[in-house]
Amino acid sequence: MITAGIDMGAKTIKVVIMEDGKKVLSMAKDLGGTDTRATTEKIYADALKKASVKMEDITHVTSTGTGRAAAPYAKDNITEVGAAAKGVIFIYPSARTVIDVGAEEGKTLRCDATGKVIDFAVNEKCAAGAGSFMESMARALEVKLEELGPLALKSTNAIPMNAQCAVFAESEVVTLVHQKTPKQDIAKAIHDAIADRITSMVRKVGFEKDVVIIGGVAKNPAFVEAMKRNLEMDMIVANEPEFVGAIGAAIMAVENAGVK
Amino acid sequence: MAEKKGKYPTEPLKCWEKAKQIREDYYKNYAKAHDKGGLRWAGGAWTFDAIPMGLGDDVYPITSEPYGASCAFNKQFSLRCLEASEKAGYARDLCAYMRNYWGSILLNEYAFGGPFPKPDFLWQDHICCSHAKWYQIVSELEHGIPHYSIDVAVGPESDINENKIEYIVGQMHDGIEFLEKTTGRKYNDNLLIKAVKNHFRTTSTWAKVCELNKTVPAPLDEKSMYSLYVLGTLQKASETVADFYEELYKEVKDRVERGIAATPNERCRVMSDTQPPWGFLSVFRYLEKFGCVSIGSLYSFGLIGAWEVDDKGEWVHRKTPMENKLTINDRDSALRVYTEWELHKPEWQHFYSPDLKSEMMIRIAKQWKLNGVMLHYNRGCEGLSLGIAENRLALLEAGYPVMVFEGNMGDEREFDMVRTMGRIDAFMETLELKKDFD
Repeated sequence: MITAGIDMGAKTIKVVIMEDGKKVLSMAKDLGGTDTRATTEKIYADALKKASVKMEDITHVTSTGTGRAAAPYAKDNITEVGAAAKGVIFIYPSARTVIDVGAEEGKTLRCDATGKVIDFAVNEKCAAGAGSFMESMARALEVKLEELGPLALKSTNAIPMNAQCAVFAESEVVTLVHQKTPKQDIAKAIHDAIADRITSMVRKVGFEKDVVIIGGVAKNPAFVEAMKRNLEMDMIVANEPEFVGAIGAAIMAVENAGVK
Repeated sequence: MAEKKGKYPTEPLKCWEKAKQIREDYYKNYAKAHDKGGLRWAGGAWTFDAIPMGLGDDVYPITSEPYGASCAFNKQFSLRCLEASEKAGYARDLCAYMRNYWGSILLNEYAFGGPFPKPDFLWQDHICCSHAKWYQIVSELEHGIPHYSIDVAVGPESDINENKIEYIVGQMHDGIEFLEKTTGRKYNDNLLIKAVKNHFRTTSTWAKVCELNKTVPAPLDEKSMYSLYVLGTLQKASETVADFYEELYKEVKDRVERGIAATPNERCRVMSDTQPPWGFLSVFRYLEKFGCVSIGSLYSFGLIGAWEVDDKGEWVHRKTPMENKLTINDRDSALRVYTEWELHKPEWQHFYSPDLKSEMMIRIAKQWKLNGVMLHYNRGCEGLSLGIAENRLALLEAGYPVMVFEGNMGDEREFDMVRTMGRIDAFMETLELKKDFD
């Protein structure tokens, strides 16, 4: 059975095509933009093409993500929390804790071996626990987003930063810039701040090995390093971390289609 | 839109309209008290409201927390109240009820129409950090209305002793002198005795009603309970409220006997905690889509309900002093029994330790057969939110899945409906529930 998972994220839309919920056939993504329906249709077509399957070959489509209710093709949906757990357990069966930091939300969850969520926490309204925070900080430092992490890794200084709020954090960054603080030290402070915020969520739900990091921010090596430092343990950075939720949705589609 | 269906029969409460009428009359009577030569007073929902009743049958109260909640329910009015308070210099992180209430005074607009009816005196108690201060400010805003406050923060029920009771009763005796001097009226002890007996009936009977929700399916859902328990927060010592609760009890008992459910598709039972975000009670209706019913909470059970632990270790309604044959035949005995009764109030206990609250919550979770708990990290109420993160840990340790959501009972600017619904979706998934209808 061929199924599809669509992750309608806050910033990017991801589509995964799977066979029997066991084999990933293709993955595709793009920025959501303002016409998310048209974008999703385009990404979906792209994913089908990559998997060499036709639309009518898809038995069931399940969506996830912030905009999951508006996903075209999807017959049902699963929350980001549920999809993350299912996706991670599929890829890393030993995982028991998931840290998921996307554009809009930072979240953490504990799950059992079947992918059943035991407890979860999601950051509140503030962007300080999410990828959009890093984007605004990169803008404030006038560096590209993908350069922010490597830049932070060059620093050996710890500068405390009270990043409870993205707006206040930005003004702190501006102050540090005016004080001629080296950019790499500011970049490290930004990563430490976001990691501290996520760490408090991880501690809130509790954590046990293996810990897997997913979501777009998992691609940032300085964030991962800060998390490892905070939790004093190694953790797995998922391959293709942005697609894990869509994989979880595609697996859920198998269950929802009524066939195991 | 799919129909709400389920295996249980359901029907509306017959006494629903009566409850609404009592509330409407309450606010109208307060506003119009002076028209017939009566008196108006203001105080908190936990104040000893039976005591001013000794001044006569034409003395009408307005309690502040339910009034603040009524403001909050009207989002546009609430926003204007909150902004008026902030403009006057009061910090945004203070009690949201208090800021709505002050804003209503500052705007000179009554939530039920017309200008804000100025009370003749203020009669308050003090256990929460805001209580006495609340009315100190009201007194200032209303150009010096006489204000009396009774300190009840003497410790948890396990530590009640004669000295503590004497401390409070002494303040009550002084308070009655204050009332006589302030109003120029002679105090009537018989009216006091009648009022405290009504208070015992109200608070015990409300607990009896809540006890019935141990039944599966639950005869009441918490959203409906809010409209019923509120009468006890308005005037516990009123005969009307005491009689109404006895009528309500009979009706809910009948629902239990006939298997009438609040939520026809009930298959999951949760409780909430602290005041809900009053402008967003649709959260509770959203739960019903998953077959989930909130059967109440320590807040809705224990804010006014009187409880005790029976011989079997079950949390049950507290037997009234009349049932226990206690003598209440003069002012002093009435005040003593009244004080001792109130010091057992569940919602007063956790001001002393979150452990006491956790113990009560776990008791509810077990006896009301819960599948999970939804905790409101309520930024609008420091008093009831204090220690709530500790409660979460205790509930988890006791084996109950817990979801938390941040919000504010009376300041909609601090509540995110969409994200809360998203969180509920995730919580329902963890409880393995899917929507029955959209």
